[in-house]
Amino acid sequence: MRRRKPYLFAVAGALVLAATACGADDSSSTAGSAGGSAAQTITYWASNQGTSLENDKEVLKPELDRFTKETGIKVNLEVVPWADLLNRILAATTSGKGPDVVNIGNTWSASLQVTGAFVPWDDALLKTLGGKERFLGPSLAATGAPGQPPTAVPIYGMTYGLFYNKKMFKEAGIDKPPATWDELIADGKKLTKDGKWGLAVEGASVSENAHHAFIFGQQHGAELFDASGKPQFDSDQEVAAIKQYLDLMAVHKIVNPSNAEYANGTEAVQDFVSGKAGMLMWQSIATQLKQAGWTEDDYGLAPIPLPGPSQGGKQVNAMVAGINLAVFKTAANKDGALKFAQFMTSKQTQQNLNKAYGSLPTVTDAYDDPAFESQTIKTFQQILSSTAAPLPQVAQESQFETLVGNAMNQLFADAASGKAVTAEAVKAKLTEADQQMGG
Amino acid sequence: MTRRRAEAPPGAPTQTLDIERKSVTPPSPEEDGFSLSPAEAAGADDGQALTDAPAGRTRTASGGKRSPHPAPDAAAVSTMSSTTPRPHSETPTSPRRPSRSSTSPEKPLSPGGGRRGFADRVPVRVRRAALPYLLILPAVLLELLVHLVPMLIGIGMSFLKLTQFFLRNWSAAPFAGLDNYTVAVDFDSAVGRSLLHSFLVTVVFTVLTVGLAWLLGICGAVLMQGSFRGRAVLRALFLVPYALPVYAGVITWSFLLQRDSGLVNHVLVDQLHLFGERPFWLIGSNSFWSIIVVCVWRSWPFAFLVLMAGLQNIPGDLYEAAAIDGAGWGRRLRAVTLPMLRPVNQVLVLVLFLWTFNDFNTPYVLFGKSAPHEADLISIHIYQSSFVTWNFGSGSAMSVLLLLFLLVVTAVYLVATSRRRSDA
Repeated sequence: MRRRKPYLFAVAGALVLAATACGADDSSSTAGSAGGSAAQTITYWASNQGTSLENDKEVLKPELDRFTKETGIKVNLEVVPWADLLNRILAATTSGKGPDVVNIGNTWSASLQVTGAFVPWDDALLKTLGGKERFLGPSLAATGAPGQPPTAVPIYGMTYGLFYNKKMFKEAGIDKPPATWDELIADGKKLTKDGKWGLAVEGASVSENAHHAFIFGQQHGAELFDASGKPQFDSDQEVAAIKQYLDLMAVHKIVNPSNAEYANGTEAVQDFVSGKAGMLMWQSIATQLKQAGWTEDDYGLAPIPLPGPSQGGKQVNAMVAGINLAVFKTAANKDGALKFAQFMTSKQTQQNLNKAYGSLPTVTDAYDDPAFESQTIKTFQQILSSTAAPLPQVAQESQFETLVGNAMNQLFADAASGKAVTAEAVKAKLTEADQQMGG
Repeated sequence: MTRRRAEAPPGAPTQTLDIERKSVTPPSPEEDGFSLSPAEAAGADDGQALTDAPAGRTRTASGGKRSPHPAPDAAAVSTMSSTTPRPHSETPTSPRRPSRSSTSPEKPLSPGGGRRGFADRVPVRVRRAALPYLLILPAVLLELLVHLVPMLIGIGMSFLKLTQFFLRNWSAAPFAGLDNYTVAVDFDSAVGRSLLHSFLVTVVFTVLTVGLAWLLGICGAVLMQGSFRGRAVLRALFLVPYALPVYAGVITWSFLLQRDSGLVNHVLVDQLHLFGERPFWLIGSNSFWSIIVVCVWRSWPFAFLVLMAGLQNIPGDLYEAAAIDGAGWGRRLRAVTLPMLRPVNQVLVLVLFLWTFNDFNTPYVLFGKSAPHEADLISIHIYQSSFVTWNFGSGSAMSVLLLLFLLVVTAVYLVATSRRRSDA
């Protein structure tokens, strides 16, 4: 009796081990993409566009229900926070197990394109969505490297603008939004008093910092990559551009130093809608404004000031931002996924969702809705079509965002703790980022 | 003594023997019970039971339920033999008990008749030799699966130029040779310099954290050694940081440490007026101290727990003897407690060191993806090098370097400490 038992244990242990190993395999494949009932289900990773992940689910649910009603395909929705989205996509790409459809930030398009993870939208496939012509030019330009079929289709169009608090402006005796940088700084100084600040920035957010590095870089005439695609982040123009942005906090003191801690992409917006800061350079914040009960009487939207003509840069004051929809090559239900892309770019869905998020429809025929006649939308549309530039559509774009964004986080931290942020310090950080690109 | 034994139920002495053996000496394969003949077993039982068990019992009885420093072995035996009646169908004198030479077919077996034939065909010697390996087989398989395979894959990755171009098909990634390593250790380049910086930050951080955690742990354990009212409550309270999920604990710290709305600044600036300007805790140079505080907060309860267990194992006689010799509290701490804790400390410091050096969760939750330069701990740094810049080969190379470093430190530490121990 006694002598048998150890053998039994050993065998049982090995069996249990084998069983759990198999079990783990099974469960991960079903979790990844809708296992057995694949024909009737797709998995969709949405990005966080609303005030919270919950809010996104609420916004998307009626649309997804409509999709299920029309096609009989059920959608497993997961809203993925921005901080995790890229990693999740990378993991799904590596393992070959992931969702069928995913939202990506359009600046990642070229970087993700080279992984070959997504179904390329060649002309034949785009025809199922109504053809290339149906989409807005700038949005379509941010879907991958030029000359290659788009790696994803644009669904929400966005760009940067300068939001300002009309009440605070009035109290400070300012009658119109700033049109030049000098005016912006002067207005910011007037607004900065009694614990309130001129401008809110998300100083520890890698992507926000990187976007501003790009926009201001354009204003100073900097190019992030040279003609052969080599990174050149530490050009004098780029240094000047980033210093100009940091100086809003470091020199002009119109930005609360605490903003150097803001990292999750919502805190600066929160400061703006709660009246702690008078201005905000941001993309659409319709859901946040709505939640705070603000109307166009409370806030205004103006283009971010352009550089003075003597500065010699480009007349750019925004980037082509937005969200693209990509279909994984490894999708368990590719047909369903392509149908879903069709649905998301259809006129009705475009109108409903862009209205809810305050973003711009990416298809021309969706603009006949009166909701897109509002002052805010008109201004965004104007910026997007005239003075917005797409981020470089090169494979290393996402590395640029993280490296330069990180460098700026540290520079903001220096500025916030009162260290002098000199051009040399900026240049040193950028050179380091440049070298880390490796090649 | 004899009377006591006569009163005991027939099964009791054997149980005492089993437990006694296990708690005193690790059972060798030769000694794990079934190798003894019934007569030998019974004889040994009696002798051991006579000498040990009743003595333990008497002491417990006289010292009350919680004698301050019970001799651990005797106490364990007495409590276990008196309080835990094992469900045990066999008695020591049972004729079914297998003896050293019992391979005969008439030996009683388990109901499963099919296995009987197979097992009997295997020679006893082989069976006996194979048993330990069979027993650890599940653990070895799991260990391979969970630790070694990923480690080997990681080492393999470190020799590849694994960037986003090859994510879908790793096998297509070009062989990089030692390139990833040369880049990582080239301290003139940005990558190598930042890795070195991060390494040095981590070393200082680890030394301070382990030192402080150990210091707090030993203080807590020594102060909790004597019994007093509310000791159990305090003990439980001290263990809370260890029991909390990392994320829940550390995210709370990150709220506390925020500049504008954090409790720390509220107390330091608004109530105590220690600073004119609100200091930053999560960015800039203070972030280094923040991460140390949070890590010490997280790891000291473990030190406390282990040291407390170690203190329980120090026989009370030593303190008594020291007290009789006129040693004061401090002297007893230095001459009895600390030397007796040396084996415990040896393991504890090593484990704390490895955990702290490798800690990823705490800095990641506290600072997010981009740690401040001053608190750029190596695990986060490697994570950034691989995930943020999508260069997984380079990240793997750094991980392998880290692994080698930790292996070397561990080996040197173990050799050094065990030599000192054998010298002593």
